[in-house]
Amino acid sequence: MSEFAVRMENVNKSFPGVKALDNVKLHVRPGEVMALLGENGAGKSTLVKILSGVYTRDSGDLEILGTKIEGDLNTTEAQKLGVAIIHQELNMCQHLTVANNMFLGREIVKGGRLDSAEMNRQAVAQLAKLGIHDIDPDTIVGDLPVGRQQMVEIAKALLLDAKILVMDEPSSSLSNAEIEEMFRIVKELRDQGRSIIYISHRLEELHHIVDSVTIMRDGQYITEGKFTDFTMPQIIANMVGREITNQFPRDEVPRGKKAFEVKDLHAGKAVKGVNFEAYEGEVLGFAGLVGAGRTETMRAIFGADPKDSGTIILDGKELQIDNPIQAIRQGIVLAPEDRKRDGLCTKLSIRDNIALPNLDLICDSATGTVNKRKEKDMVDKGEKSLTIKMANAEVEAGSLSGGNQQKIVVAKWLARDSRVIIFDEPTRGIDVAAKVEIYELINDLKKSGHVVIVVSSELPEVMGISDRILVMCNGRITGEVDAREADEQLIMTHATKFGSND
Amino acid sequence: MKAKKMSPSTASVITAFVGVAALMVVFSIMNPNFIKPDSVMALLRSIVPFLLVGIGQAYVCITGNIDLSIGSVLGMSTMISATMMCNGSDPWSASLVALVCCMAIGFVNGILVGKWKMPPFIATLGTMTIGRGIAQLANNNYNTGSIGSDPGAQGFKDLFYYGDFLGIYSGVWIAIIIWAVFYYILAYTRTGRHIYAIGSNVDAARLSGVNVFTATCKAYLVSAFCSYITGLIVMAQSGMGSMDAGMTYEMYAVAAAVIGGVSTLGGSGSLVGVIAGAAVWAVLQSGLTFAHVPVAYRNIIIGIIVIVCVLIDVIRRTGGLKKKPKKAAA
Repeated sequence: MSEFAVRMENVNKSFPGVKALDNVKLHVRPGEVMALLGENGAGKSTLVKILSGVYTRDSGDLEILGTKIEGDLNTTEAQKLGVAIIHQELNMCQHLTVANNMFLGREIVKGGRLDSAEMNRQAVAQLAKLGIHDIDPDTIVGDLPVGRQQMVEIAKALLLDAKILVMDEPSSSLSNAEIEEMFRIVKELRDQGRSIIYISHRLEELHHIVDSVTIMRDGQYITEGKFTDFTMPQIIANMVGREITNQFPRDEVPRGKKAFEVKDLHAGKAVKGVNFEAYEGEVLGFAGLVGAGRTETMRAIFGADPKDSGTIILDGKELQIDNPIQAIRQGIVLAPEDRKRDGLCTKLSIRDNIALPNLDLICDSATGTVNKRKEKDMVDKGEKSLTIKMANAEVEAGSLSGGNQQKIVVAKWLARDSRVIIFDEPTRGIDVAAKVEIYELINDLKKSGHVVIVVSSELPEVMGISDRILVMCNGRITGEVDAREADEQLIMTHATKFGSND
Repeated sequence: MKAKKMSPSTASVITAFVGVAALMVVFSIMNPNFIKPDSVMALLRSIVPFLLVGIGQAYVCITGNIDLSIGSVLGMSTMISATMMCNGSDPWSASLVALVCCMAIGFVNGILVGKWKMPPFIATLGTMTIGRGIAQLANNNYNTGSIGSDPGAQGFKDLFYYGDFLGIYSGVWIAIIIWAVFYYILAYTRTGRHIYAIGSNVDAARLSGVNVFTATCKAYLVSAFCSYITGLIVMAQSGMGSMDAGMTYEMYAVAAAVIGGVSTLGGSGSLVGVIAGAAVWAVLQSGLTFAHVPVAYRNIIIGIIVIVCVLIDVIRRTGGLKKKPKKAAA
């Protein structure tokens, strides 16, 4: 047996029109956490899908735990060999219980009947091995917070005695406390001698758990080594192929006049009396913990969710907003948090997506016929200003990488001249280079006198890109800090001022 | 790798047309009378009802919903217009009253599904039953007698079925006009874009400023309108109103739309394919009649062919039955 738990050499994989992997190698030792890094589209997902048998390789050597894989590997075989993937979007049946999910497809049957007691017992035992004692195996999975669901998924993988765990963006939807819990479990798994392949765009969290790194770019292997042998700028340079000098470019612009005001906004349980003002020439950041009510505040302002009370004032005029249509007409737009769910019609083309909210601008007003020339101009402009990488505008939006999808969401709102542009988690799950492009765009909007609001859960981002930061907790604004003077500790202090709970 | 990848719906449209052509060839070999000009004209005319209800169902399917009330609305159209004409109304007012009633069902569907968010299968199952009840109520639970052949009634029959223009039956012309209008709306107007958008991702569409209720309602109104016209054509053909008119047409409509490449999950498909979908259905019916196949066998054969058509489509979309994209167990 070789010293590696996973050894892949000269792996090639092509899809129609693209070479996804070009002579890639991957080496993972037993008992280590290896970060697999690269921009979106670098080939990380393809590589781990080959490892788990979802895709078959065109050529190359694959060795898992000393077993040389000849020919194609399918998912069942990969599972038997001990490979498990914890997906970014968790693969759980939301309506079934914890134990049902863990034993899905390999239920324990006694005398033709499901042996629920035994399955529950084993589920509890497995969770206990991870140091989790407070999950009842009869809980419906959908009722658990995302962080706990992930624990259940990890426990499910360990039920099969997985030796190699692939974690794809495991922290992207977790709160800070949940991330710490997850790190604790990952370390424990490593100490048991298992290998973890950790894929994440959150470079700042890597030093907590990662032992080694492998970096990919454009379907090619770039480098590997011990994590401590690299500096963060070196890692980024290897990922993007060039030096990114300033990860958070913030242009300094003198603050203009007050343009936008929200007074005493109430909406459901999540928004309890929010007041704030926004000015031209500034980026207003919203920080806070997951569940603080930031997204809900923005959705209420935009009319996506009903509001109970509150006043919204733009340029001195009070606005009536009951639905997104009214918000858009009056110059307020929202690029939502979850682009697959709320931002894009993934089955429609890029062109249709960019045109969708702007059909009032490009349709003949009498007949409602789309003016193809105006539409093409609009799409071309969006493509150029955001450098969307695409074969042509007829391609399905869902087939693009995360970064390019996000650019389409932004492009569709930039095509119309809005006053207030709200970005909710504008860079979630997209790569460093695309992030910087989005930041630069936010700067341009600020310079041209728009009111820009950015909601972000990543503190370095919200501190780096905003001019002024409002911190929310429990449905209220609990603090305001100047981004130039802010530090993480100050923001977190405001973010945990829960106060009275009425 | 310059060849542009064909979208699954384009591919199924092509498959459907190839299928129609293949069936035509087979039936012509079996019975050369099948492609005599007269038979072809009659065949074209028999495509009309399937095509019209298929257009309506395609609109609704593209929004991601389904309309089961199609057959009942067709029955209402037939019974209301026939009853009124038998009782001395002129064809115009009879048709107008029927139109208002049919569109009302479409509107109710739109409210139930688009506004109150009821599951479309259940909501339109309800309006399907209600619609059939109204059709039965129209003439007190009896089929109507003949609408006669006075100039008004004869004109009606000619306009919707028996007349012809440039050697093509009037019903075919009506179908061509309706198809062209709705094709244009779906492919080239704001309404069409909204219909695709809510079918693809209703949340994203709403946040992009699409009025989901209006778009859903429009689709159901188009469906009701198409059923209404089909009802008039059925009535003109038989010259009377039958309470069972349009029974199971909602399923013909689903078949025409799906064989023509419209996804029942919403967001994709086009009316071009519905022509082929309706034609497959009509060619089979008439071809098997020409081949003297008994009705019972005919039904079985048609059912099998529908399943095979859809199966071919599924195989092409997923790249084979065995190699379904399996999720890696975690």
